Parts: sequence; structure tokens; C-alpha cells
Amino acid sequence: MEAMSRLVQELTADEAKAANAAIGAGFAYGIAAIGPGIGIGYLVGKSVEAMARQPEAAGMVRTTMFLGIAFTEALALIGFVVFILIGL
Amino acid sequence: MLAFEFPKINALLRWKDLFESFNKIALISVLAAVIGSLIFVLAGRKDPKVAPTGVRNLAETSVEFIENGIVMQTMGKEGMGWTPFLLSLFIFIYLCNLPGIIPVLQMPATARIALPMFLSLLVWVIYNGVGMKHQGVVGYFKSTLFPPGVPKALYILVTPIEFISNIIVRPFSLTVRLFANMLAGHILLVTFALLSESLFQATTNQIALVPMGILPFFMLVFLTAFEVLVGFLQAYIFTILTAVYIGGAAHPEH
Repeated sequence: MEAMSRLVQELTADEAKAANAAIGAGFAYGIAAIGPGIGIGYLVGKSVEAMARQPEAAGMVRTTMFLGIAFTEALALIGFVVFILIGL
Repeated sequence: MLAFEFPKINALLRWKDLFESFNKIALISVLAAVIGSLIFVLAGRKDPKVAPTGVRNLAETSVEFIENGIVMQTMGKEGMGWTPFLLSLFIFIYLCNLPGIIPVLQMPATARIALPMFLSLLVWVIYNGVGMKHQGVVGYFKSTLFPPGVPKALYILVTPIEFISNIIVRPFSLTVRLFANMLAGHILLVTFALLSESLFQATTNQIALVPMGILPFFMLVFLTAFEVLVGFLQAYIFTILTAVYIGGAAHPEH
């Protein structure tokens, strides 16, 4: 109940700023994760397809897959760092 | 109502000094360096003629993994001279990541940005140095900033992009990849540990909340197993990217 009555009250400037920062941090990570999510899914799916078609090339495909994942994932991780920087 | 308040990030990452300017992170990185060297010194003292046992087996497996899994895949046979550097990089990063899941330590040393940043600056100096040594200073910048086979007018666009991606973004992304992965894993473990703790110690609605605490606890166990994989994978990715950068600087055509 106390929390409910607290919500009705006016926020001070600092509190409003903190609330906006928390919302912004959530969006920063959420939006940053969309692209890499699609990218990694596509990349791993294609790699599995390649490995299934040609099992003898699996080692090479796997190495290249990890390289690609590392590059793609970096974008999501930068989003995560921004999330930490502005949110906490 | 559940009294669950997530601690500030400093409470998770800043440790008390064990003594003047030496905290747990420094202890873990010193331990990683010492244990890593110790394994290979002990392995080197064993008789090479008999079949390998114990610590020598471990050392030979890791050398073989670096040679076949990383050097041969990225630099080919002429890159074999880089095996010692890549091996020590891999072992050091792996041993720094591992304490994230060891019960008493529970903190990967690479979750603070200093260590990954230093390592990637080292890699940056090395691959630029290798490029300048193999192609000459002018030749190196010419082959990285002005890639052949591009129409002349496009160099206005291509050269700044190549400069940013090769010289500035590479060490930055190498740092952030290792650091953020380990930090994210650490925060995840903390979140689920705190969640199950506060559910087990709930004061209201105990009949519903206390048994529910088992769910985040299972998640915690699963994530700890996942962190074993992540720690290995991040060490592997850091090492293989180093190999790719060095190989690319030494031989720009592939």
C-alpha cells in the first residue's frame, strides 16, 4: 500500500532522472540484443547445415562459426556495457 | 512482500584489500600466472621418452589444441612460431576465468576491465609490430588502409572505415568481448543466488514462496555449468582472434 501511495506522489528531479536512466538502460540492452540475436541464429543455423552436408569439413566450419559469433556478439555486449554504465 | 534489493554494482565487484593495493582480483591473476607456469615447468621436467602421464599429459594436450585448433586453422604452418605466445595467452585467460565458478573465490579476474584491456593492448602492439616488420611501415599501412581491388574514388569512403575497424575497434571489441562476457556471467550467478536466498528466507506467504526458491537454485546450478563453457569459449575466442589478427598482419593476402 505504501508503494502505491508513493507512486502517486510527485518525483523529485533526481528520482525522475534515475527512473529515466533505468528505462533507458532497459531499452539499450533490449534493442542491442535484437540484431545479434538474429545474426547468431542465422549464422549457427547455416553452420549446422554445412556440417550436416559435409561432416568432414566440420572442424573448419566450427572455427569459422566461432569467429563469426565473436564478431556478431560484440554488438550485444557493447549494449550490455552501456546498460551497466547508465543503469547502475 | 518480498524484500529483494539488488546490491550496487560496486558491492559485487569491489573487494577489500588483502593488504595495501592488493585485492582478490590481483590474487587471482597472480595465482593464474603462477599455476599456469608451474604446470608447464613441471611437465617439462618429466622424462620425454616414456609415455606422458599426469601433468605432462595435460600440457601436451593443451599444446596440441593450440597447434591444431588455433594456429593451423588461422595462420598455417609458418605461424607455428606463435604457439608459445598463444598458449600462454590461452592458459592465462582460462585460469583467470575459471575462479568465477570455484566456490570460495567466485570471481573471474577478467570481469574487471583492467586485465582484458591490458591483454588486448598487448595484442594490438604485437599485431601492428608484426605487420610493420613483415611489410615495412609504409607497406603495412598501405595494405591495411588501402585494400587492393577497390575503385580509386571509393578510397575516400573505405580508408576511414578500414582505419577505424582495424586500428581502433579491434582492441576495443577484444576488450569488451572478454570483459562483458565474464561480467554478465558473474552478475547472472549473483542474481539467481540472491533470488533463491531471499525466497528461502521469505517471511510472508512462506508456504508458497519457500518451495519456489528451488527454481532459481536449479537455474543457478545450470548457469554455473554454463559458465564453465563460457570461460573456456572466451579464452578460445580471444586466442583465435589474436591469431587471426597476427596472421592477417603478417600475410595480408589471406
